Amino acid sequence: MADLSKSVAIVGVAESDEIGRVEKSNLQLHAEAAYNALEDAGLSMSDVNGLMTAGTSTINLGEYLGINPTYTDTTAVGGSSFIIHIAHAVAAINAGYCDTVLVTHGEAGRSARSRAGGNASDAGPQYETPYGFIGAPINYAMAARRYMHMYGERRVRQGMAEVAVATRKWANLNPKAYFKDTPMSFDDYHDSRWIAWPFHLPDCCLVTDAGGAYIVTTPERARDLPKAPVYVLGAAEGHDHGVLSQMKNLTRTWARYSGPAALQMAGVTHDDIDLAMIYDSFTYTVLATLESLGYCEPGEGPDFVANQRTAPGGDFAMNTSGGGLSYTHSGMYGMFLVLEAVRQLRGETGERQLDDPKLCLINGTGGSLSSTGTVVLGVD
Amino acid sequence: MTQAYNKPLPTPQVESDVYWQKAKEHELWLRYDNDAQQYYFYPRDISPITFSRNTEWRKVSGKATLYTYAIVHRAPHPGFVGDVPFVTALVELDEGPVMPTNIVMDDPTPEKLVIGMPLEVVFEDVTDDISLPKFKPA
Repeated sequence: MADLSKSVAIVGVAESDEIGRVEKSNLQLHAEAAYNALEDAGLSMSDVNGLMTAGTSTINLGEYLGINPTYTDTTAVGGSSFIIHIAHAVAAINAGYCDTVLVTHGEAGRSARSRAGGNASDAGPQYETPYGFIGAPINYAMAARRYMHMYGERRVRQGMAEVAVATRKWANLNPKAYFKDTPMSFDDYHDSRWIAWPFHLPDCCLVTDAGGAYIVTTPERARDLPKAPVYVLGAAEGHDHGVLSQMKNLTRTWARYSGPAALQMAGVTHDDIDLAMIYDSFTYTVLATLESLGYCEPGEGPDFVANQRTAPGGDFAMNTSGGGLSYTHSGMYGMFLVLEAVRQLRGETGERQLDDPKLCLINGTGGSLSSTGTVVLGVD
Repeated sequence: MTQAYNKPLPTPQVESDVYWQKAKEHELWLRYDNDAQQYYFYPRDISPITFSRNTEWRKVSGKATLYTYAIVHRAPHPGFVGDVPFVTALVELDEGPVMPTNIVMDDPTPEKLVIGMPLEVVFEDVTDDISLPKFKPA
């Protein structure tokens, strides 16, 4: 593969005007986020010639935004899509199809509370939904149960609690977080109700309304903009299966490929990374992802996150926004991993700001642990 | 029962008509890959193991073991409200493939659901056209 490390930069990031409980259309959330991200970048819509999103067609989105892109991408592989779009922007810009890509997301996940029915000939509607395999919590709970069987129920339960509690502490430092003013203790975690055993309510991500956007462009253009460029150093993607029952190993995600590939492209190792933004659809997703990325061996995830290691002040900075568990999660959360990564690398995150981070690893997961995208971002 | 049933239903496809017809007759049939000499789930004419067309329908035993499960407390669809708590599961058939299903059991608890426990297929006639293969402790 061509050496495309550091060949593009992210120059603007933003949410929609409000996130959390917002009764607006999906496209309005897209548009607000796009407007705010362009403002953050110091660019105007007329500069944009590449358009990418997931979950809706760019035909409708482009029309709504009033632009005619020369490059379009609607790759939709669940919440990881917006991480994978970074890799696709790297390819499209380097190939010369466009030079400035707008990537947007908008989903009234809380107000709408509905998902597309799907194609009747797909495996899900035919073989899984008749049994109540509906929605992410039930599917991920079955994967987590298998992991518990393999690696011990008590220590896995503790690991899941550690992730939930540590992530909430970060949310308590983020003014935009849904749970900004709601602390959570270990007792709160263990005393909470069951959603789908082995998942308590706080093992599951939020359901919010939210939009987000980011802008990718060339280093040449980025250098003329007001904010420091955040370079894409590595990017890789792929998928393992579609429905959960076709996942051959319920404890290993495709991050086992995309993680090492993105790090290799960036020319860095795990120890060089200052911040890990790991899609936390569920507490279990974090454990399986850290292991699949190669941060620790299979089954060692609970030890890796022990003693609030990922909380503010811990020695492994992770999900500093408060994550999908406690900040926001509209349905496809991957977008928001990028926003926090860029803001931390720019030093814009206030009370929760890390000490001069230079490198961030983002891992998005979509579907039923089906797809992943891993990206390494860096600043000079 | 037809009127009362309000859970999602499968729509049989040309490649799965035999699966659903046999289920209606309370038999479990899968596709078998003659090149790999392995069964696979879900039914497809062309094998996902070898991408071979040398495949055929075969009846299987209906015996399985529990691979993993969840005990669902929050109904994911209005049709399941009266069922909670209920068990979604992946079971490993004695012939090899893993398939999604429910474990039929009153008052499910983690103590009653042991990974690896033996199971056998039962068929629930949910409409005049559809019977769902489910599993119960053997």
